[in-house]
Amino acid sequence: MSLLVTFVIIVVVMTAILGINSYLILLERKTAAWIQDRVGPNRVGFDLGLPFLKRLTGGFHFWGLGQPIADGLKFLFKEQVVPAHVDKVLYFVAPCVAVITALLSFAVVPFGPTPTSANPDVFPFVIAPNIDIGIVFVFAVSSLAVYAIILGGWASNNKYSMIGALRSSAQIISYEIPLGLSILVVAMMTGSLNLEKIVARQAEDGFFGWNIWFQPLAWLIFFTAALAETNRLPFDLPECEQELVGGFHTEYSAIKFVMFFLGEYTHMITVSYLTAILFFGGWHFPFIAEGDSTYPGATAVKILVLAGKAALFIFFIMVLRWSLPRFRYDQLMRLAWIVLIPLGLLNLVFAMFVRHWELSRWWLLPISVVLFVAAGLIGTLVSTQEKRVIGHAHQA
Amino acid sequence: MPIKPEEVRWVAPPRMGLWERLYIPAVLQGLGTTLSHMVRPAVTQQFPDEEPKLPPNYRGVHRLNRDEQGRVKCVACYLCATACPAHCIDIVAAPSPWPDREKYPEIFVIDELRCIYCGMCEEACPVDAIELTTLYDLTGLTRREMLFDKEKLLSVYDQTAAAGTDPPRTRRGRLGPASEPLVPINQLGPSSGVGANAAHPSDNRTDSERAVAAKASSEA
Repeated sequence: MSLLVTFVIIVVVMTAILGINSYLILLERKTAAWIQDRVGPNRVGFDLGLPFLKRLTGGFHFWGLGQPIADGLKFLFKEQVVPAHVDKVLYFVAPCVAVITALLSFAVVPFGPTPTSANPDVFPFVIAPNIDIGIVFVFAVSSLAVYAIILGGWASNNKYSMIGALRSSAQIISYEIPLGLSILVVAMMTGSLNLEKIVARQAEDGFFGWNIWFQPLAWLIFFTAALAETNRLPFDLPECEQELVGGFHTEYSAIKFVMFFLGEYTHMITVSYLTAILFFGGWHFPFIAEGDSTYPGATAVKILVLAGKAALFIFFIMVLRWSLPRFRYDQLMRLAWIVLIPLGLLNLVFAMFVRHWELSRWWLLPISVVLFVAAGLIGTLVSTQEKRVIGHAHQA
Repeated sequence: MPIKPEEVRWVAPPRMGLWERLYIPAVLQGLGTTLSHMVRPAVTQQFPDEEPKLPPNYRGVHRLNRDEQGRVKCVACYLCATACPAHCIDIVAAPSPWPDREKYPEIFVIDELRCIYCGMCEEACPVDAIELTTLYDLTGLTRREMLFDKEKLLSVYDQTAAAGTDPPRTRRGRLGPASEPLVPINQLGPSSGVGANAAHPSDNRTDSERAVAAKASSEA
């Protein structure tokens, strides 16, 4: 593939991601409003409140669709406040790292049809095709995003930012492990770390070849850990507003704050695409987007199917935000280390058994369910009520 | 004083069974709650497009009532200014040009920015001259603009009386209890003609006795 095509794809994808990001923020606000029986932002139309544009649009509100544009312009033209006590270099580097790592990790994520054995000559809709370590690359790069948070928190020279950054580093390191364990199972079943091959395998096996049928437990672990990786509720301890006044981005304003936001939302897009690709068949959908469907417009349909699946997960993440309360920090760590990691390990071991003795893949479904229920059972049996006493009652 | 251990009663959280320990059912239940709210109609009032429905006893901008002859009802007794916890009422009294009262307000200014809309002026007023209306969206470009003088407060009366949005407690058109003689005029005896009792020549009770009587007559 020529360099020019790659450049065009990079420009198109990056622009699309940035545009989608801004509208995801509107969607997030709208979702929050709907869940709270409100209306949400609906005042700013495409005139952005400017009188000379108002004459063109006739003052129509467009259901608030101009809000992200107005927000973006506001952030761009806002005063760049740099507190006096910050570490100047790292303070500016941190938001750049956040955006760069988030955008870079999308490079190997396929966002449209990819070659299968049925039609191997299809144009690969991915910035960097045929990278055999694909999924490893995604998590290697996106885990660098923790540097953005740590540097931002450190450079801000503010205790709340620092606490947020520290929480984040511990959280992301802890949740990388279950994330990796859950992906290993998928990679083992496909025999490849290449995301295009993982999609192709599922597409060739049809609807009941989607990995979710064999690995619901791995999906659960993956999704939970991914929420923690993206700092989304219920795992948003690095930036919890109520305790840490925003955490690592307390001291950031204007465009630098937006860059952190873009990083977080791009991460969310990547995670949603990965969920669709790893567990829900990628661009495959029964009847309309099969591995061998070549009708005119099939390419567009496949891109839309994958985008639709990803959009569903993004929406799910947003709804989850208003459904679950935030974890306490010890609960967060306990979930990672004594629930998700042992579960992920056991799941991996059983998947190895199934592969080694070449049993039917369908054995993995009951194994997942049994492991999950067993974990709940163990939790029920070992939970003990701590004996509580008042400290000074004994001293008296 | 330290709390004795035997006085402490620990409230233990209920033990979780297997169903709760699986967490997923609870998460799905939570999602069900949030998703059911998504399809409900919003409770938002689109304010400038949509006027809120306020209860009729809402306490908004003040008005100064007029009597049947269109004169300001206020008798400049300063009771409202005294009762006002925010000290936002400023009155300058002058001898009344009308024979039926001693004083009238030459200047009557309410600082609407300072007012806390507690309604105590309304309760204090013996002649029901000052009232709070249901107008709520008062705005101004300067602080000076928000000092409402007598003419403005009377115009608020004209506006609300014409719109039929009188407060439910209004007594406009009727005289207030303190302005009504305790005994009908034709039954009055010879005047004692002393000081503050001049308005009620036969009345030689103390002020507090009269206040009690006035209250009783207003409740009757």
